[in-house]
Amino acid sequence: MTAPAMAAPSGGNDLARTVIRLARRNSWVIGLWILLGLLLIFTKSILPNFGATGINNLTLAALPFALATAGQAIAVLTGGIDLSIGSIMAVTGVIAAKLMDSAGDEFAVLVIAVALGAGLLMGAINGALIWFTRVPDIIVTLAMLFVWAGTALLILDRPGGEIADWVRSLIRGTVAIEWVPRALLFLIVAIAIIWIPLKRSQLGLSIYAVGSDRRAAIRSGVNVRRTKILAYALTGLFAALAGLVVAMNTGQGDPVPGQYLLATVAAVVLGGVSLAGGTGGLIGPIVAVFILRLVRADLTFLGIDNSFATVIEGAMLVGVVMLGAVVARRQGQS
Amino acid sequence: MLLEATGVAKTYGAVIALRDAALRVRPGEVHALMGANGAGKSTMVKILTGAINPTAGDIKLRGEHREIHSPAEARRSGIVSVFQEPALIPDLDISSNLRLTATPVEAFDERMAELGIPGVDKMAYARELPLATLRVIDLARALAADPDILLLDEMTAALPADLTDLVLKTVGDYRSTGRSVVFISHRLLEIQSLCDRATVLRDGVTVGVLDVGPGAGEEIVSLMLGPIDEGEASRASAQATASEETEEPASKTARGPRLTVQGISSGTKLKSVSFDLYAGEVLGMVGLEGQGQDELFDVLAGARKPDDGEMFVNGSKVKFGHPADAIAAGLVFVPANRAEALLPQRSVRENISLPFAARIRDWGPINIGREREKVDGAIDRLQIDTRAQAEVSRLSGGNQQKVTIARWIAKGVETMLCFDPTRGIDVRTKRQIYQLLRDLAAAGAAVILYTSELEEIQAACDRTLVIFGGEIVDEMPAHEADEPTLMRAAHGLIEDVPSAHGGGHA
Repeated sequence: MTAPAMAAPSGGNDLARTVIRLARRNSWVIGLWILLGLLLIFTKSILPNFGATGINNLTLAALPFALATAGQAIAVLTGGIDLSIGSIMAVTGVIAAKLMDSAGDEFAVLVIAVALGAGLLMGAINGALIWFTRVPDIIVTLAMLFVWAGTALLILDRPGGEIADWVRSLIRGTVAIEWVPRALLFLIVAIAIIWIPLKRSQLGLSIYAVGSDRRAAIRSGVNVRRTKILAYALTGLFAALAGLVVAMNTGQGDPVPGQYLLATVAAVVLGGVSLAGGTGGLIGPIVAVFILRLVRADLTFLGIDNSFATVIEGAMLVGVVMLGAVVARRQGQS
Repeated sequence: MLLEATGVAKTYGAVIALRDAALRVRPGEVHALMGANGAGKSTMVKILTGAINPTAGDIKLRGEHREIHSPAEARRSGIVSVFQEPALIPDLDISSNLRLTATPVEAFDERMAELGIPGVDKMAYARELPLATLRVIDLARALAADPDILLLDEMTAALPADLTDLVLKTVGDYRSTGRSVVFISHRLLEIQSLCDRATVLRDGVTVGVLDVGPGAGEEIVSLMLGPIDEGEASRASAQATASEETEEPASKTARGPRLTVQGISSGTKLKSVSFDLYAGEVLGMVGLEGQGQDELFDVLAGARKPDDGEMFVNGSKVKFGHPADAIAAGLVFVPANRAEALLPQRSVRENISLPFAARIRDWGPINIGREREKVDGAIDRLQIDTRAQAEVSRLSGGNQQKVTIARWIAKGVETMLCFDPTRGIDVRTKRQIYQLLRDLAAAGAAVILYTSELEEIQAACDRTLVIFGGEIVDEMPAHEADEPTLMRAAHGLIEDVPSAHGGGHA
């Protein structure tokens, strides 16, 4: 038999080998963490008074992008994509703002549940349409982008409503010490509650399986229909969280979606999730969100023309992804 | 009966994949499911595993009527299958793959040890492991689920000999527990040594169920072929052609081969293939599906780089990095799938003239006069019942295939590589294609014709090679290559095995 199959665990090198393997498998994400660290140092060097407040502002700005990107990553892991993510955010934002405005603060928890449920439902509808019509994900979610955008405008025709102050305070300020922004805690809790248990579950495995090799998944007994619908429902749930966070930040609901869609796709790609599906996770894309926000902030600090900054961002994205492809090919050859 | 499938039929529109198939499996037996290419074997397998739903038919498990709509359902009913392509998720590690199918890990480990790969690294991603290991893992996973019916599709393909023996032994032992195995293999020798009974399909119908003993291979082959009388007419004409050619070979060989292939190998599928192809001949090649012929033609057409071996065109060594290199060396490829070679939205004329315009130095305005002259000549020979301005996509499959061949005639081809060019084409057009190939050869071209239809060998070829398990296992003149002979050879049943191995030179 050939060697790789016989790599049986033996002796005390076991732990070392496991560590090395984990490091190699997560090399992309580790690289992203290092890049983020370097960028933070760079930011500090060009902006000496960058400190706790700077971190807090960065996290607050990145939070909706991070949550939306987490949602996008799940859709992409199944081999799909959700173009309607910004519109779902708008719908949940206006639902939350409008209901909270009319129902009063004491119903805020209920309103949040309704908004999150709406996101879950919209995502499930996306997934069900993709499955039952057999139309490609990209077309269905493009169509639904318009449907959900219109829905948001039907609920609220201009920015309005109100978010309860205690809800808004969930992501504002810091926890215990000034270096831990509430927004960061919010993000960590959201990921920890939704994704970490899921990833180890049968559904999480199925999401990877469907994206990695659909036919092998079917032959392994994976229910592709259920997996697709639930995965898109989760995407909708994360989009709803992102939409809520936008409303919490501004204090009201805006029926016109912001520039989230392409930012999530960029972060997913930069975060090491293959657009073909099946590989990657949520941590990489979220780190990528912070990198992209920080680059944008640094370019602003440096006084670089905004249009030119956009060019630099795009060039960086292409460059990094290209580098990743080259590295992957090298690894594949060796 | 453990499994009883009767009256099973499956149609896709007008195409009938299965007409009236039956499969009865007793408890505690290894049951072979046999059939030639296109007999409906794989359709039957897909139905039993729930991958497709039958148009008609009844499936009973332990006497109870069952409808199987998905592989998951088949699994729950006690039917677990191992396919030619492992059903392991490439981007998940082995332990995640086991969890995905809720496989008991201990039972899996025991089976792996039994199958000769103990202590497989369960943290490895499936995509990091070699194919043979994956197939054994897939089998161990299926065995660990302890199914009533284990369905094995070409389980021993792509396995090295030592693993094959262990796999066959394990499969044989499985029946002693009162559970059964449905075993699909192209290797008749394996069938003879392992299986208790065999069901033979032909043209979507179960044509025979027999006890497998020594010598059952012959009976299975004749059942797979069916009564031979329909091909008589074409054979007579072919015999005539063949005898016309018999004087020539001496002069052909004297000039040396047009194409020499020496020891070409690629991956696990193609092991050291050698043969010569002469100008003026149509060299046939037959083989069952997946015996390495796809890889061989990819190599010849420049679409795949071989791991080993050499190729010579007119005596000088060639290396192809790209299909364009092969075309530059005079080797053109006619694929089974016409759509791969044609521009369906363009006219017949444009498609035929494409090879002229494809050379870089001819860029710029196309010389209409010269083009028309050559193309008209080609169209005359095509006998396409439509005007040359028509879009290619409107032509029938047969006429499309004629266009792909004819355009190389117009260009003046030296060596043509035809890969199953008559797949799904009506009889009349097939004859015209054979005639085109014979004309090409008569005009001095060298043609190699891989075909999945055995009667084509005598109808169109001068001599033939048989490919099996990635090797050329037999070579014979076309007049000796009747269907039973080819079928036996293609299933690895060759009387003089030692001398046939690595052969190919006359």
